[in-house]
Order: sequence, then structure tokens, then C-alpha cells
Amino acid sequence: MKFSLGPSLFFWPKADVEAYYHQARHSSADVIYLGETVCSKRRELGIKDWLNVAKELAQSNKQVVISTMTLLEAPAEINSMKKLCDNGDFLIEANDLSAVNIMHALKLPFVAGPSINCYNLSSLKVLMKQGMIRWVMPVELSGDWLKKLLQEAEQAGIRNQFECEVFAWGYLPLAYSARCFTARAENRSKDDCRYVCINYPQGIKMNSREGERVFMLNGIQTLSGYQYNLINDVHDMQVAGVDLVRISADSTDAFQQMARFQQQLIKPVHYPLDRSNECNGYWHQIPGMSIA
Amino acid sequence: MELLCPAGNLPALKTAIDNGADAVYIGMKNDTNARHFAGLNFNDAKLAKGADYVHQHGKKLHVAINTFAHPGDEGRWRRAVDDAVAIGCDALIIADLGVLDYAASRYPDVERHVSVQASTTNLEAIRFFHNNFNVARVVLPRVLSIQQVKQLTSHTPVPLEVFAFGSLCIMSEGRCYLSSYMTGESPNTAGACSPAKYVRWQETEQGLESRLNNVLIDRYQPNENAGYPTLCKGRFEVNDNIYHALEEPTSLNTLELIPQLSKMGIASVKIEGRQRSPAYVEQVTHTWRAALDRYQAAPEQYQAEPRWMETLANLSEGSQTTLGAYHRKWQ
Repeated sequence: MKFSLGPSLFFWPKADVEAYYHQARHSSADVIYLGETVCSKRRELGIKDWLNVAKELAQSNKQVVISTMTLLEAPAEINSMKKLCDNGDFLIEANDLSAVNIMHALKLPFVAGPSINCYNLSSLKVLMKQGMIRWVMPVELSGDWLKKLLQEAEQAGIRNQFECEVFAWGYLPLAYSARCFTARAENRSKDDCRYVCINYPQGIKMNSREGERVFMLNGIQTLSGYQYNLINDVHDMQVAGVDLVRISADSTDAFQQMARFQQQLIKPVHYPLDRSNECNGYWHQIPGMSIA
Repeated sequence: MELLCPAGNLPALKTAIDNGADAVYIGMKNDTNARHFAGLNFNDAKLAKGADYVHQHGKKLHVAINTFAHPGDEGRWRRAVDDAVAIGCDALIIADLGVLDYAASRYPDVERHVSVQASTTNLEAIRFFHNNFNVARVVLPRVLSIQQVKQLTSHTPVPLEVFAFGSLCIMSEGRCYLSSYMTGESPNTAGACSPAKYVRWQETEQGLESRLNNVLIDRYQPNENAGYPTLCKGRFEVNDNIYHALEEPTSLNTLELIPQLSKMGIASVKIEGRQRSPAYVEQVTHTWRAALDRYQAAPEQYQAEPRWMETLANLSEGSQTTLGAYHRKWQ
């Protein structure tokens, strides 16, 4: 099993991003995803900057993947994405079917990211025909769902034609809207957001009126309030046939988490999860925010 | 522009047709559609009756098969397609890539519409569906501004349908897992958002409380109207403020956009609400028919009448309506 660092979902200053990936270079990740997936107004790094970061990372013998935007509306957003897709060097994670269409036209392989709705074997086949070589399971699906699907792929004789990746640690990307909730929290509209996301490098907590952490606001994206943590399910993932385990780049903590996850393959330890900050429900087919 | 109305049962379907719908959309009595609610939708016999009624009146029937097929059980979604075709449906509304693939290869002559649950928000994604499944229509999610819709209509190879009225989904549909995060069931997998079986109401000293799977969604003072606890429409605490952090309980109403939508070439305006009563269907269909006919008769003079707006507001969540994402300031 390999371990990947997912794209950072937050908006950080350029220097922080560069410092983060400098550290990532020396991390134990086999695969590193990077790029802006949430909001096209976040331009601390332009296309060239991201590609420069990618080139540096590639020197350290890691597979580097450029992740693309999830909710694309304007033609300008599509045009920028086309440039990323046609970068000539790096594999692309498609997070919208628009990217799939572009990659197919370019005749280039791609990773189907977690926000592409691929829930079953027939859908996998459709995407493989387009050039998909790796499938990241939608975050709301369970271990049982995955096992059934991979068994079907096995029976169909196509299991060896794609890799399977599971989002296993970090704040879960749950929803995307036209509205910017971070701007709304500051009484602004999206057009006048003044890039306030940069003031919230870990998102904004959204609690119930009883103080229960429900969600995390991250611009137009809504994240889980708790950090997803499948640290106790590494063996189960391995048995299920998962090829890559994804650790989300929430913060520098991700690097320690990755090392812990990798250690589970060598010397498994049971970690009690913190109910006020963690969850693992989706994998166990119960509400996502719960702990099994 | 086609007026496409919802029907959760046979009386609602007849009401929609009788009040001027050009087409009606329905779902089957199982989790193959995104309004899988108890007591709602059509079994085989009702499906056939509904199709007959629609066709006798020279109108069209669209069948929504727009959840995502479960592994090991894809046959059920395919059977839903077979059954819809067997009763002579005019269009299949589909979100799942695998189901679309099946429908396109098995029934190439039956129109395929890309469901709103497929989150198709840009030209390149529309082209994907056009190239791969030769679809006849794409239903746009409620996340685009009117300018963005206009831009799409001038380049799209596929006719477009937009949501015109009804409960406002503020997330890109098909890409919202908030409901499964809280309850384990989402529109994609179970065909329902914030399912009723997880709702609990409780009178407390602080006021009437609504909960979804035990999470407090809202708390009402005696002078406030309590609404269904759809989880994105509750009041939450953010940065020490308590407010509707995602959205107020409100409905989308685009009656005043009819001229713009028509001029840009929108193929169909869709009314949300398969879960609503025949009385709702009657009033909304009646009002929208009147507005579309008025526009047709004298496009330059068209204005949304205050009494239409009032009728629609009374049928809306929290008696409020909004232009939603169509209006950029909302975003």
C-alpha cells in the first residue's frame, strides 16, 4: 500500500504553501497531490507557481499529481484548467467531469478525484474508457461498498487496470456551493470577499447552538466539523485491496499522521479516537460524523 | 419554454396536467430517485396510469432515475430504466454514469436528460455528456448566476433546463454529503436529504427545538415559524454569532426572470417539489402557466404580477422567496 498527501483544501499565503511543500519533500509520502481545488479566486499561487512547486517535489522521487478545481462555472476557470491539464509533465487529478473531457481529448491518463460521482462498476468502466488510471472513492462511501465494488471489478477482470485510493485522514470535503460561506460569515458577498479565507488557515468552525462541532466553513466548500481518521482501519483497507491511503494536507500534522498510518502496517496499534474532534463513521457505514 | 412540473403521486400528476404543465416528472417507489420518501412516488400500476393520462392529453412524461447505483445491485437501476421505457416515458432523467451508459446503448431513441444530481455546471462538462451519451438535455444545478446561464446557452450543444421555483438547494446538487455526514443517508445513495425518520421536535424551556439525528438544527421562539430541519437551513454558531450560516429557510422563485430565460433559449423551466401536495402542484402550475402565457402573448409588456408573487411566496419555505444564485449578490 502507498500513501498519498491530498491537496491542501485551505487558502494559505504563498510563502506558507512553499514552506509546506518543502517539508512535504522530506515526508514519507509516496504520492503528493497539489493545486487549488476549491475557489478560483484564490490566486496566491498562479499556474506557473504550482508547477514550480511540483517540479521541486518531483526531484525527491515522489509521484506528483496536479489536482484541479471541483466546481467550475466561468469559461476563464475552464481555460486555466486546460493549461494545467496540458502541463506536459504531471499526472492530473480530475475533480469535475469537465477535466475528464479535457484529459480524454488530450489522450492523457488521469486520476478521478473524490468529487467525481463514481459509485459503481459501470461508472468505473465509463471513466476507464476516458483514461482513468486511479479512482479515489467518494468520501461518503463505506468499506463494505468499496469491497463489493472491487470484487465486481475483479470478477470483470479489470481490477488490475486501475488503482484505488481512499481518503483516510483530515477534514472531509462534503459540499460545494455558489455561495461563499466564509465571506458570508464576515457579512460580505462573494464578489466582495476580499479573500478573507486567508485569515482562516484551518477554516471556520460552525457549531450547533449546543456547542457541538458540525461543519467547517472553507469558502464555497463545506468540510466535516471533525477530522476523519481511519488510523484503526489501515489493515481493513489493505485487505479490501486499497492501493493508496490519502492523508489530507490540513496542516503540518499531516506528516506525523502519515508516519503513524504507515507504522500501522508494520506494528499495528489501536488508537482511541477523540469524540470531540474526530470521526470515522463513513468507512463503517454509519453517519459520517460518528465513531464506530 | 416548456413548463415541467413535479408529481409525487397520481392526483398530483393529473393536477399538473389539468393546470397547464407541458410535461411532468415523476419517480418510482424505491431508492432509484432522489425523492425517496415514504408514501410518495409511483408503483408499476400507477406508473402506467400516469403515463396514459399524460399522453392522452398530448403532454410529456419524464422519469427520474437519478440516484447512484449501488455495487452488486446495478440491475435494479437498469430495471427502473427498462420499466420507464416500457410504459412509454418521453425522457429519462439520469445522474449515474453507468446508468446513462446503459440507457444510451440499450434505448438510444429514448431521450436522456442529465439530472441536476450530475452537477453539470460548465460547457466542458456538458460536452462530456454530449460526447459520451448523446443526451437531449442537461438540467443545471442551482449554483449559476443568470449571466453564467446565459453564457452556457450561447455555446451549449445540448438544450438546457433550469430550476424555476421551489425549495432552494444551495449546494451543487449531487456533490453534497452533508446529509450522510449527519444521518448516514444522502440524496446520492438513499435518495433523500435530511430524511424525516431522523427528525425530532421537542418543546424545551429555551423554545421549540428541531433536531436531525440528535444534532440541534434550530431553536424557535414562540413568535417564530418553525420549518422542516433541512440541515443547511438551520441556525448555527460561527465566530460567536448565531445565524443561518449557510442559508435561510427560503424558496427559489424566478418568475421575474422569465423574459431573460426565454430570450437566452432555455428549453424548460422546472418546478421543484415532488414531495409536495397536489394543492401545491395546482397553485404553482396554475401561476406559472399564467405567467408564461402572459409573456408569450406580449413579451415586451411582461411583468411578474404581485398576486402571482404572493401566491408563490405563500407556498414557499418560511414564506420567503429569493433569486438564489441567479442573482450574484446572493452568492
